[in-house]
Amino acid sequence: MGAIQIDRVTKVYNADRRDVLALDDVSLTIPDGEFGCIVGGSGCGKSTLLNVIAGLEPPTEGAALVGGRPVTGPGPDRGMVFQSYTLYPWLRVRENVEFGPSLAGTPAKERHGQSDELLAQMGLSEFADAYPSELSGGMQQRVAIVRAIANDPDVLLMDEPFGALDALTRSGAQRFLTNLWEQRRRTIAFVTHDIDEAVFLADRVYVMSPRPGRLRKEVVIDLPRSRDPEVLTTPEFADYKREILELIHETAAETRA
Amino acid sequence: MVETHARDAADRTAATAPGPQLPLRARRSRLSTAMRPKEPISRPLALALTSGCFLLVLALWSIVSYGELVDDLFLPTPSATADRLYQLFANEGFAGDVWSSTRRILIAFALSAVVAVPLGIAIGSFRAVQAFIEPLVAAVRFMPATAFIPLFIIWFGIDETEKVAVICMGVFFPLTLLVADVSANVQKNLLSIAYTLGASNRQVFTRVLLPACWPGVIDNLRIAMGWAWTYLIVAELVSAETGIGHSILNAGRYMDSETVIAGILTIGALGLVSDALFRLLHRRLFPYAKGRR
Ligand SMILES: Nc1ncnc2c1ncn2[C@@H]1O[C@H](COP(=O)(O)OP(=O)(O)OP(=O)(O)O)[C@@H](O)[C@H]1O
Ligand SMILES: [Mg+2]
Repeated sequence: MGAIQIDRVTKVYNADRRDVLALDDVSLTIPDGEFGCIVGGSGCGKSTLLNVIAGLEPPTEGAALVGGRPVTGPGPDRGMVFQSYTLYPWLRVRENVEFGPSLAGTPAKERHGQSDELLAQMGLSEFADAYPSELSGGMQQRVAIVRAIANDPDVLLMDEPFGALDALTRSGAQRFLTNLWEQRRRTIAFVTHDIDEAVFLADRVYVMSPRPGRLRKEVVIDLPRSRDPEVLTTPEFADYKREILELIHETAAETRA
Repeated sequence: MVETHARDAADRTAATAPGPQLPLRARRSRLSTAMRPKEPISRPLALALTSGCFLLVLALWSIVSYGELVDDLFLPTPSATADRLYQLFANEGFAGDVWSSTRRILIAFALSAVVAVPLGIAIGSFRAVQAFIEPLVAAVRFMPATAFIPLFIIWFGIDETEKVAVICMGVFFPLTLLVADVSANVQKNLLSIAYTLGASNRQVFTRVLLPACWPGVIDNLRIAMGWAWTYLIVAELVSAETGIGHSILNAGRYMDSETVIAGILTIGALGLVSDALFRLLHRRLFPYAKGRR
């Protein structure tokens, strides 16, 4: 298990002899088993933050810790899902799901057992032998999530996983994810542009501000679980949404000034 | 409940396709479908269009030649050309020429591909290899292969080696760069995901990068095969005792335009065959790519 801790992380990119300060002294903690959503305008370093946790980008200063251990590189304890469709097109759904275990050398028989069970649990059994190109975008993202959890990671990192989906498909995918999360409480860091999505999913919402990327505020979402779409129409939900929107507008106005 | 959303989305797109009935409306909509960019057309229509084009060319050729608009010294009739083609294969051992040309192509193409594909993938994947060798390859690519023919004749004489060298010279360098492009364009996220699933550098290379490259590689091999034919004929026109290019050149000396055209048509047919084989290979190897090309 593992909490995600970001400890005074600064990230500078060297682009075309010009330095970009993508993250400026960011510290935050997503407690063990909680669902954290990171929101903020474009370019405020959300993807960079996830890449640092994943170990895909080294921080310039500071450190990311998962379950108390400092991150030194990518590893199977931290599953990732991107916005772009990243299922391997030459592998069937089942083979995609088994990709992580197969890298680790799990015997085929054991792998099949696991993937069968997982796909059945997630209601994806009938697609097991399909290629990704035969699936809708929403289905592909569900399989990508299942692929990430097939490794049984301590934490899940998700960079706008539903960003390319239409509203209806997206709400289906959100409930797919919350069901999954309620079954196997993993710490989740979830980046989104969609405030509704953030408030609906999160235990905590981290609002970031751009240029340079900073953590602006942490908002604890105290709405009862399990949440169903009706929560979207409650006054509490509207309050949280307003608070976060105002924060984002303020930061946008400040950076423009 | 959860699954229905995604399936609904798929159904919605399916529902917008025009139904098979409704004769008049359907006919008009088929025409407008054909005018819509990138819209697929039915297989019979595609076949009709393809054969229509060949027939059109044949018809023009017939009008000009049978109608004696042009002296048949310059343009023989289709039937005379067909007859000549038959004679070439039946009585003049043309099959031997076709074989020696094909053999040169196969050897040169295999040699080029065996080096160009790994090298291209390495250039596109590893910055160090790219920095080391890409500028050289890019520079040589601008030197016309045909300009090397005299040099190759000095080095290798005028036997098989020289012809193979000309083809390799023409195919290898651009093929390398195309393959490099294929591997450079593999989506970075595909690799990142593999790392987060626990892959080592080696596994990322063999289990993600290579499989992601293969369809593009096969595609570019198909295109490179076309260049190989061009350089082969150039090589054979310059110096050869056998081969399709040699037959064409020889016939040209005697103003035998029937044989020249018969030879050119043979090359065209062989090109179509190799193209079809590559497409078949592509379909067989990459069943998952259906509907994307
Ligand atoms: N590889 C890179 N090289 C140079 N600069 C980069 C790189 N990746 C990101 N940046 C810069 O760092 C800043 C933060 O980028 P990042 O992608 O983390 O933002 P983001 O919050 O995810 O934005 P979006 O909402 O648009 O996805 C941006 O100014 C971006 O241009
Ligand atoms: Mg981003």
